[in-house]
Amino acid sequence: MNATAESYTTEDGRTIGPVVMEMKNITLRFGGVEAIKDISFDIREGEIRAIIGPNGAGKSSMLNVISGFYVPQEGEVWYKGSRRPSMRPYQVAEQGIARTFQNIALFEGMSVLDNVMTGRLTHMNTGLFAQSFWKGKAEQEEIANREVAEKIIDFLEIQAIRKTPVSRLSYGLKKRVELARALAAEPSILLLDEPMAGMNVEEKEDMSRFILDVNDEFGTTIALIEHDMGVVMDLSDRVVVMDYGKKIGDGTPDDVRNNQDVIDAYLGVAHD
Amino acid sequence: MFYREAGDFNTSYAEDQQTFPIKFDRYRYYVVLFIAIFVVPFIINDYWANSFLLPFLIYAIAAIGLNILVGYCGQVSLGTGGFMAVGAYACYKLMTAMPDVSMFIHVLLAGLITAAVGVLFGLPSLRIKGFYLAVATLAAQFFLVWLFNRVPWFYNYSASGQINAPERDTFGILITGPNTEAWATYMFCLIFTIASALVARNLTRGSVGRKWMAIRDMDIAAEIIGVNPLRAKLTAFAVSSFFIGISGALFFSIYLGAVEVGEVFGITKSFLVLFMIIIGGLGSIFGSFAGAAFLVLLPVLLKIVGVDWLGWPTDIVAHLQLVIVGGLIVVFLIAEPHGLAQLWRVAKEKLRLWPFPH
Amino acid sequence: MPEQLAFTIEVFLNGLMAGVLYALVALGFVLIYKASGIFNYAQGVMALFAAMTLVGIQNGQVPFSHLINAILGTDVHHFGWHVHSAIAIVFTVAVMVLLAVCVQRFVFRHLVGQEPIILFMATIGLAYFLEGVADLMWGSEIKSLNVCATEGACLPQGLNMWIDETTYNAFGYGFFIDNLDIVASIVAIILVVGLVMFAQYTKQGRAMRAVADDHQAALSVGVSLNFIWILVWSLAGFVALVAGIMWGAKSGVQFSLSLIALKALPVLMLGGFTSIPGAIVGGLIIGVGEKLFEFLIGAPFLGGATENWFAYMLALLFLVFRPQGLFGEKIIERV
Repeated sequence: MNATAESYTTEDGRTIGPVVMEMKNITLRFGGVEAIKDISFDIREGEIRAIIGPNGAGKSSMLNVISGFYVPQEGEVWYKGSRRPSMRPYQVAEQGIARTFQNIALFEGMSVLDNVMTGRLTHMNTGLFAQSFWKGKAEQEEIANREVAEKIIDFLEIQAIRKTPVSRLSYGLKKRVELARALAAEPSILLLDEPMAGMNVEEKEDMSRFILDVNDEFGTTIALIEHDMGVVMDLSDRVVVMDYGKKIGDGTPDDVRNNQDVIDAYLGVAHD
Repeated sequence: MFYREAGDFNTSYAEDQQTFPIKFDRYRYYVVLFIAIFVVPFIINDYWANSFLLPFLIYAIAAIGLNILVGYCGQVSLGTGGFMAVGAYACYKLMTAMPDVSMFIHVLLAGLITAAVGVLFGLPSLRIKGFYLAVATLAAQFFLVWLFNRVPWFYNYSASGQINAPERDTFGILITGPNTEAWATYMFCLIFTIASALVARNLTRGSVGRKWMAIRDMDIAAEIIGVNPLRAKLTAFAVSSFFIGISGALFFSIYLGAVEVGEVFGITKSFLVLFMIIIGGLGSIFGSFAGAAFLVLLPVLLKIVGVDWLGWPTDIVAHLQLVIVGGLIVVFLIAEPHGLAQLWRVAKEKLRLWPFPH
Repeated sequence: MPEQLAFTIEVFLNGLMAGVLYALVALGFVLIYKASGIFNYAQGVMALFAAMTLVGIQNGQVPFSHLINAILGTDVHHFGWHVHSAIAIVFTVAVMVLLAVCVQRFVFRHLVGQEPIILFMATIGLAYFLEGVADLMWGSEIKSLNVCATEGACLPQGLNMWIDETTYNAFGYGFFIDNLDIVASIVAIILVVGLVMFAQYTKQGRAMRAVADDHQAALSVGVSLNFIWILVWSLAGFVALVAGIMWGAKSGVQFSLSLIALKALPVLMLGGFTSIPGAIVGGLIIGVGEKLFEFLIGAPFLGGATENWFAYMLALLFLVFRPQGLFGEKIIERV
């Protein structure tokens, strides 16, 4: 493998940067159940990194550890060259890690635009006092951030619904709005929790295109969980495979595809 | 045809984000303001001031405050009466300790003191949610009323245990005590009401408001996208209590003049303000006004119809009022959880399209 | 035995008795909450309503007489008869069942699937509505409630004297406990045991528990949710009646009854909303706690009347450290 601090170029000419996040020997338990057992892997700048595995493999738990929602009992998370101390999820978000959720977690009482604007909250810091007068600092900040949000809205082609209450949208559109909200944060790492779950083929294609475009256009590092093997293999630069909380494979899609453990986990293996 | 939107475009984000993006709405709002400021003070009399206008303006401030907490931030509070009492007693202590300072300052300071108390009782909200929190705020309600009842320092050791507003003026115009004029008290309250509505509007349309609503709609997701939940909830408690404190201060000093805490700021007051925002509309500044107007007017109307026209005993009318208010709460929650404000919005939508709805 | 200690023990015992009554009201909450997820703020007003109805029927009052008189200009007040307590109780239970049917049919059937906090606010509205109706029906003046025709006819008179004497002989200090409290405790215990038996061993009880566990699953095995909800509201109405009788006999039937019942809320916060043993233990803790606090700290140092807020403060502080209550399970949050 390559040294962690160096960039390299893939076969199809994409430049992958140095390691930005590294998980070291993570173990996560709920009571007596070990959801994640001693897993280590890294995420490099600018790559699309996938975590795959069957149901209950611990993928979502892994994502929750990265976004600070679960605190692992053992192991360390290294981010941008230093060890991340134990912190609350909002502090993780402030460090530039944004995510989407498997079961859409939009703010149902707000419009699409407001939802996307919540993604900008980590960039907005006008005090209470200045905001109560609006004119001046608060308004300037609002407009500056609105411009960023509108750029994302254009990019994901949801201009027409920007004033619509989120609760009226279809499932596919909700997923897209959620992606917009995460992107609006201009994250250094974007975590996607099953971005294509429950979508039809057409919607999946759209979503794949958006993910690739995001990576391409903004250079955003993306870590995603997905069930659909086909999609994952097409999208990602490197893949981690999990099964029963353990890591059973890690490498390029081709490496993983030929890994015997992975084949066993997915196709089942005869126990005799 | 009542609405003309055609040709009314917003060409910048600033224009799109103003309070009334549609010109027609904007003009109507200016007209209402103009009447409130330049017409009403000249035709007002004591009956109108005391039976409707003053309580309406003052309750509207309390309703805006509670709406920020319940409607925008999703934290149900049953302690409004207690917090209004804090505002009232803070105002009383300030008025008597510093007679020469303007009432404006006193009322604002009373609001700030209430905000501090509100933050204190808001602290448990990080760990307690939903109706657990609602019940926890009952602790504030009962404790605060008890405190003002039992600790003589708060009522300056007066024999009756009541607090009475001494005569104070602002810019040379008398606004508290028995010898005030209706227009003066009205204008004093109006200034606070308009300012409260503007501040509430500014806060709820910007990043603070979005943080509150994010917490309201899904607190876990809000924290993961970068909202500090304790901070967001505490600012909601602070801002909400600030308004409620102002309202309590005005209620005591301008409207009633004398207060016995258990009677005036008991738990029924908490429910009254909560009902205002349910009927008016949760999460709507306009709804706070509508709900306050409705519940201030209802007893007045019932009294006119029941007692004056039909000659019924007052207690029957009072009981009927309970039935009507309770029934309306249930009806609104079933049929229109967003209250009068939503009815108004729907009516407006219809008017915008009228006469060509398709 | 030193005087102060003996006093304290007496206060403790009296607190225990008050706690039993809190627990009784709290039981009504738990029943409804378990089966429907509704936090019924109106439980206290239901107790008031039940007690007022009982007194009204006993005295042969004409319902809504004030309203009728006001509208029609008549002057009716009483039917002119007195109804025996037992019969009056039966009628009152019937009224409470009718109320349960109405509440279910006209209110909560239309609110199925709403957020818990909306349901909670609806019950506050319901509380106002019921209070108004009760006042219109029976008048709002304070009424005395006497379930027994003559003093001592159904209360085991002299029980407290016996306790007083026995303890005096044993410790040199006679404990005084109100007779009514003793009866209330006995009734409460019978009621709790009865409810638990009902829930454990009858078909309806099992259906009730099934609904409490999982609405969807219960539906799919053929339990009628509508029926169960009416059933729990009726049961809660019955419990409210018992609580109303106890409180009413003690301090008269009046509005403050519904406020006393509010104390059941902190009881539930201590005990957890879903646990019947929790409601009982919570009730006892609150009852004893507030009486002891008032006796040892409140009255001597704080100017008294701390019972107004002690229960709420205790519950609040407790919840900050253990949000799930005494018996609740720790909640693991997911996204």
